[in-house]
Amino acid sequence: MSFLEISGLHKHYGPVAALAGVDLNVASGSRTAIVGPSGCGKTTLLRLIAGFEAPDQGRIVLDGEVLANGGAAVPAHRRGIGVVAQDGALFPHLTIADNIGFGLGRGEDKRTERIVELAYIVGLDKAILKRRPHELSGGQQQRVALARAMAMKPRLMLLDEPFSALDTGLRASMRKAVAELLEAAGITTILVTHDQAEALSFAAQVAVMRDGIFSQVGTPRDLYLKPKDRMIAEFLGDAIILPASISGGFASSPLGRIAVDTNDSRDIARIMLRPEQIGLKRTSREGMSGTPDMLFGEVTESEFAGSTCTVAVRLLNNADPPDAAAIGNTPLILRKSGMDAPAVGEIVRLTVSGKAHVFT
Amino acid sequence: MLPLDGSGTASDLMQSAVDLTRSGLPPKMRRRPQRRAAPWLVTAAVLVSLLALVPLAFIIWIAVQTGWETVYALVFRPRVGELLVNTTLLELLAVPIAIVLSVALAWLTERSDLPGARLWAWLCVAPLAIPAFVHSYAWITMVPGLHGLWAGVLVSVIAYFPFLYLPISAALRRLDPALEDAAAALGLGPWRVFWRVVLPQLRLAICGGSLLVGLHLLAEYGLYVFIRFDTFTTAIVDQFQSTFNGPAANMLAGVLVTCCFVLLGLEVLVRGEERYARVGSGAARYQQRTRLGRATVPSLALLVVTTLLALGVPFVTIGRWLVAGGADVWRLDEIGLALGQTLFLALAGALLATVAAMPMAWISIRAPGPLQRLLEGCNYIVGSLPGVVIALALVTITVRIALPLYQTLFTILVAYALMFLPRALVSLRASIAQAPVELERAASSLGRRPLNALWSTTIRLSAPGAAAGMALVALGIMNELTATQMLAPNGTRTLAMAFWSYSGEIDYASAAPYAFIMVAMSLPLTWLLYIQSKRMAGR
Repeated sequence: MSFLEISGLHKHYGPVAALAGVDLNVASGSRTAIVGPSGCGKTTLLRLIAGFEAPDQGRIVLDGEVLANGGAAVPAHRRGIGVVAQDGALFPHLTIADNIGFGLGRGEDKRTERIVELAYIVGLDKAILKRRPHELSGGQQQRVALARAMAMKPRLMLLDEPFSALDTGLRASMRKAVAELLEAAGITTILVTHDQAEALSFAAQVAVMRDGIFSQVGTPRDLYLKPKDRMIAEFLGDAIILPASISGGFASSPLGRIAVDTNDSRDIARIMLRPEQIGLKRTSREGMSGTPDMLFGEVTESEFAGSTCTVAVRLLNNADPPDAAAIGNTPLILRKSGMDAPAVGEIVRLTVSGKAHVFT
Repeated sequence: MLPLDGSGTASDLMQSAVDLTRSGLPPKMRRRPQRRAAPWLVTAAVLVSLLALVPLAFIIWIAVQTGWETVYALVFRPRVGELLVNTTLLELLAVPIAIVLSVALAWLTERSDLPGARLWAWLCVAPLAIPAFVHSYAWITMVPGLHGLWAGVLVSVIAYFPFLYLPISAALRRLDPALEDAAAALGLGPWRVFWRVVLPQLRLAICGGSLLVGLHLLAEYGLYVFIRFDTFTTAIVDQFQSTFNGPAANMLAGVLVTCCFVLLGLEVLVRGEERYARVGSGAARYQQRTRLGRATVPSLALLVVTTLLALGVPFVTIGRWLVAGGADVWRLDEIGLALGQTLFLALAGALLATVAAMPMAWISIRAPGPLQRLLEGCNYIVGSLPGVVIALALVTITVRIALPLYQTLFTILVAYALMFLPRALVSLRASIAQAPVELERAASSLGRRPLNALWSTTIRLSAPGAAAGMALVALGIMNELTATQMLAPNGTRTLAMAFWSYSGEIDYASAAPYAFIMVAMSLPLTWLLYIQSKRMAGR
């Protein structure tokens, strides 16, 4: 039985449906990420779980306790759920120590010790405790918000885009630190974000949300390599989508014969490859001859961006083209290491590794 | 005939609202790259500020001249102690009651699902359109036996609570709802969230509003005369009427000024240097309104009772007297003359105050620095002094030093300019801040002389703000009387003076048309203030 069970959750704001039937199961102690474009309803879902708002329909059950059932809802302050908001939402009129200790009773035993301990856990210096929120950097503010929420020993921690206000470098390290911290504390966590890389790297379970419903829920690897449809595929990363005919575990496509992840047979299908599955090997026009099974292309554009280099490759020969005219002239856009990327005009040989995913 | 101080007008609110923004903004937003101001501008600003300090200097000078013995004898006597007790009790009772009332009203109109919240919000501001002495007049004719401390507290709260309501409701609108969510997630129930998160963040608004109410209680005259409650201001005017500008009146004025400074200092102490603005970035979420449920009826009852007391009583009374007086009380020649004189004084005073404020306003936006902050501080302090003190100072100075100027148009206009300079300054500064300095520079680079460049860009663009400021000053002058009575040329009879003289003769029916005209002229400006406060809060 899962720790958090959400079923049939609906929420309307006037005529707009923010949530149109959401179901989700979260295992105890696990990390789940909800990812989607802005306005897809992911923050609304978080607010319903936290208890800031009541759903129109549906149930939320946490550890066997019904938190919301239709319009009836347990108020936020009786739920024991921690929340870290986008900008931390620190109380500007209190010191950092008072912010962290906000939920602890004033006369509580060892209150100060507990605050210092929490600050230590989230990696804050002790000297910072006497300061005010506006004197802290964005990353420090987020750490305080986390410590403040952890002070309550919550059963469930909700993170509402807590890293989006941070610099790119800090974001990755904060994400890692927070994930390790919550894991160590054994707190079940739900992260809401619009950043797919963040969602994929943070959680064991990722839910892609669009227009108030989950389009797909699964492990990061499953979602990335076997997305249900083209929209999910492209939302989670760059994708090369090709027409193909499939049979016996292989596809005949403009890129030749490629292994696929199904044994179905269909004359018309669409397969997806991630660009990193395609390898480039330098060769020359002379090297093209005499190898009929091989696939060659010419680099038409090359854009250097430091560590990576984006190259456009136009196919020179099609092994088995069902839609040759359509695809033949559309170059493949591939992101390669900046170190040895081929230059414009060079001839390359294309190889495909791994299996292509077939959209159902 | 008694003079009165009718400074209880809507426009002072601007000062409080701006006071709020000044302390609310992070320092780096207030400071702009320093730029040198033209010498003639600095000179003008310094002259105006020095002039503004004259009444204060006068009090000190009189004290020094009178000698310690006499000062001691005049200040440390039972009568002063009695007044001090009265004034302190009034402040200690009226201000907290007004705070509690205003917080409750502001929360109900801004953060609850009270039916008709927008209408109620406007009705909570509307009492500002009624001068304090008209409130008092309404109450005393409805309940003739009303007098003493508790009557003073009742009418003071009713007349002045909007000064607290407006900044508090604006602050409530600006609060980041994420903070309340965070507190709820940390296990706090709604009441404790309000107490520990919402209320502390209203501190700035409450401080600013309380200061404004407190200063008005010190300065108000007419209100307390009607209900026979002695304060320093009433005592100073009594003293002035019996002994003209004797040392007794001046020393009382000295004590009153000290009280003002105590209030200013208290406010600074309580307010502190803290920043209550939003921490972090991102757009604030739309605030949710709390469902009142079964509390709806009692909440509505609070608003209905407040509105009845603050608007119903004055309007019913004025209406009743107008009906009772019939057509006879509308002596059109007399009313027309009073209206004409009032409008002339109001417009001339407003023009002078605006012109005087212009150099200061320009410097404070375009070339801020320590000198500018000092000069501006002078102006605000003088603006917080009661009208009676400024009038007393100008009477004494003109009589002793420049007798030909005593009771001339010049002197009364100077008094108005001194009293209402902060209002003009606040509006001007806000509008100059909206005119980008690049335009002025562009005009200079296109060959305009500095003054010409200033005229064709900044002054043109800040004209609407200047006009709003002038209107607020004019409103203040229209309802002012202590200074007008003491300084205006013989034969002057403004609306407020006529109202006061008729009601002093217990001819309440004849006074009613004047009260009606004053309220009718103030209402549109109060509406303007209400709209502005909404806009300042971003909604």
